[in-house]
Amino acid sequence: MTPLAITAHTATSALGNGLTAQLTALQSARSGLRPNDISSVPLACWIGRVDGVEAVQLPADLQDWDCRNNRLAWLGLNQDGFLQRVEAARARYGANRVALLLGTSTASIGATEEAYRALDADGGFSDDRLYAPLHAPHSLTAFVAAALQLEGPCLTVSTACSSSAKVFANAERLIRLGLVDAAVVGGVDSLCDSVLFGFNALELISDEPCRPFDAARNGISIGEAAGFALLERAEAAPDALQLLGYGEASDAHHMSTPHPQGLGAELALNDALARAGLDAGQVDYINLHGTASQKNDEVEAALVTRAFPARTRASSTKGYTGHTLGAAGIIEATMAMQAIEHGLIPGNLGGDTPDPLCGAQFSWQNEHQRVDVALSNSFGFGGNNACLAFARAGFVA
Amino acid sequence: MSALQVFVDGVGVWSPQLADFASLRSVLEGQSPEPPARRPAAATLPANERRRAPESVLLAVEVAGQAIAMSGQDAASVACVFASSHGDQAITDYMCATLASAPTELSPIRFHNSVHNAAVGYWTIATGCHAPSTAIAAQRASFGAGLLEAASQACAEQRPVLLVCSDFTGTGPLLEVTGCAQTFGCALLLSPQQSGRSIARLRLTLTSTRPCSTLGQPLADWCEANPSAAALPLLALLAQGAGSCQLDAAAQLGLQIDMEPVI
Repeated sequence: MTPLAITAHTATSALGNGLTAQLTALQSARSGLRPNDISSVPLACWIGRVDGVEAVQLPADLQDWDCRNNRLAWLGLNQDGFLQRVEAARARYGANRVALLLGTSTASIGATEEAYRALDADGGFSDDRLYAPLHAPHSLTAFVAAALQLEGPCLTVSTACSSSAKVFANAERLIRLGLVDAAVVGGVDSLCDSVLFGFNALELISDEPCRPFDAARNGISIGEAAGFALLERAEAAPDALQLLGYGEASDAHHMSTPHPQGLGAELALNDALARAGLDAGQVDYINLHGTASQKNDEVEAALVTRAFPARTRASSTKGYTGHTLGAAGIIEATMAMQAIEHGLIPGNLGGDTPDPLCGAQFSWQNEHQRVDVALSNSFGFGGNNACLAFARAGFVA
Repeated sequence: MSALQVFVDGVGVWSPQLADFASLRSVLEGQSPEPPARRPAAATLPANERRRAPESVLLAVEVAGQAIAMSGQDAASVACVFASSHGDQAITDYMCATLASAPTELSPIRFHNSVHNAAVGYWTIATGCHAPSTAIAAQRASFGAGLLEAASQACAEQRPVLLVCSDFTGTGPLLEVTGCAQTFGCALLLSPQQSGRSIARLRLTLTSTRPCSTLGQPLADWCEANPSAAALPLLALLAQGAGSCQLDAAAQLGLQIDMEPVI
């Protein structure tokens, strides 16, 4: 495919607000995880909570959208000059020529949970919680569309943990077809009872900080995050990082466990490499899905080991942020981009005793080297797989 | 390119009043077709999955199966876009009620069925489909946004794409907020090239929002009661042969649809 320019990007997670905070934490191998202090009743686990979300105030004209998820979205939009970059794109192309495509798994379900905890005597939502658009899966994207004053194609992708990786593919198609000139992509998911007690019910949550690819890993840590990127045609910004390719595929196997041979993940990887015109040997770094669940890591480790040469470096960064679910795709995409920009291969934090399944590709400590091409893997419930390929400006496959 | 051109090779419809696309056609001709059984048959699912799957999944799989059958396509290789404004409201209601009273008793099955992509997950598993699949939402514009996404995928990738848009009726306190009081689901098999199965050619153009096309009764009431029934102006065109309609594709974006019969 014709590469697209990534003319702005930003990330806000348990590592802090904005790209500098993220880079600093990665450089110093500092995890953002902490003991759970957010669920409505105690639940012993570790979480990646973003500091200061409670204090965020939405602009006065957007007050109807107030909830934790949209506060986190607004906090994220206000980092790294992102709002200004979108405003400039809107002015350049027109509000109806910029798409908005965001991924989320839970949107503002936290606000719906709160409404259920505070039902009126008659069993209905209290009057101050009746704003219907807030209690729907599209609430994040509808809020951001209003905040950014965008009037182009606008949709929410909700394919669990691959959501905010897949939006890069939606954007590329719309730009390639000439329906828009630019797209804001990204995703936001915030901590709430649904995900904490839901994953707890599935017995997938660790009672300690998650340890991706460690032989003794015992489950995930859930985090929250907001991340965004602005995509434009490559000629609009010849010096910008590039989206080189993407791949999407389905496991067709099981709702909550991955295909045992990683079939869908491998199809997505091959699709991404083919679109990018790359062979596996040209990939310098892979930000893995690496949730620290027993099965995901086993399948992904085997895929990396069989598909890539030893020189390709690979790590999961879930030990830093926790698994930010629908926001994981965009957050890890920004880490893949930082690997290119700063020559930093983040170490696989928490993998102290590597699973013997992991090949020579795994980077257990931070490494420093030139990175031209970086991939980011994202896999979701329902067997939904996505893989993104990024490259430095001017890279020719 | 400012317009997308796709061919409709299959249509699926299900609601408490409509068993399939033929039933819609007969309603438009002023008749009262036999209503379907209480639960969508969803014959594509293996029997054990059909027993376990939530009704929202049965609905989506039923209309998807109808569209695929009409198109003659092999579901295993067709990319799919499943749209829904609210997802499974019964599960959302259950989850929020349980979390408010006894959070540690949350059912793991209900939780994994709560993801917005549950229906497309069941569909790809049942059909052995490894093609790209997605689940999207855009509130009352979910059908229009889904149509734009499916058509752009069909055109950009030059492959057939299955579009499903469905919302199951709400329950509990959530119903008062969503206002989704009646079940409705539909599906289209879109193809970038005309085939022997093609029933219509659609030309899609993005426009500024104008009022959506109006409908006579009982379609207007159905549209009011379910966001996925926003598809009805297009479904009515498909049933009647030719014409144009206008749908919302986003809060500030309209989709002009010009339809021609395939000769």
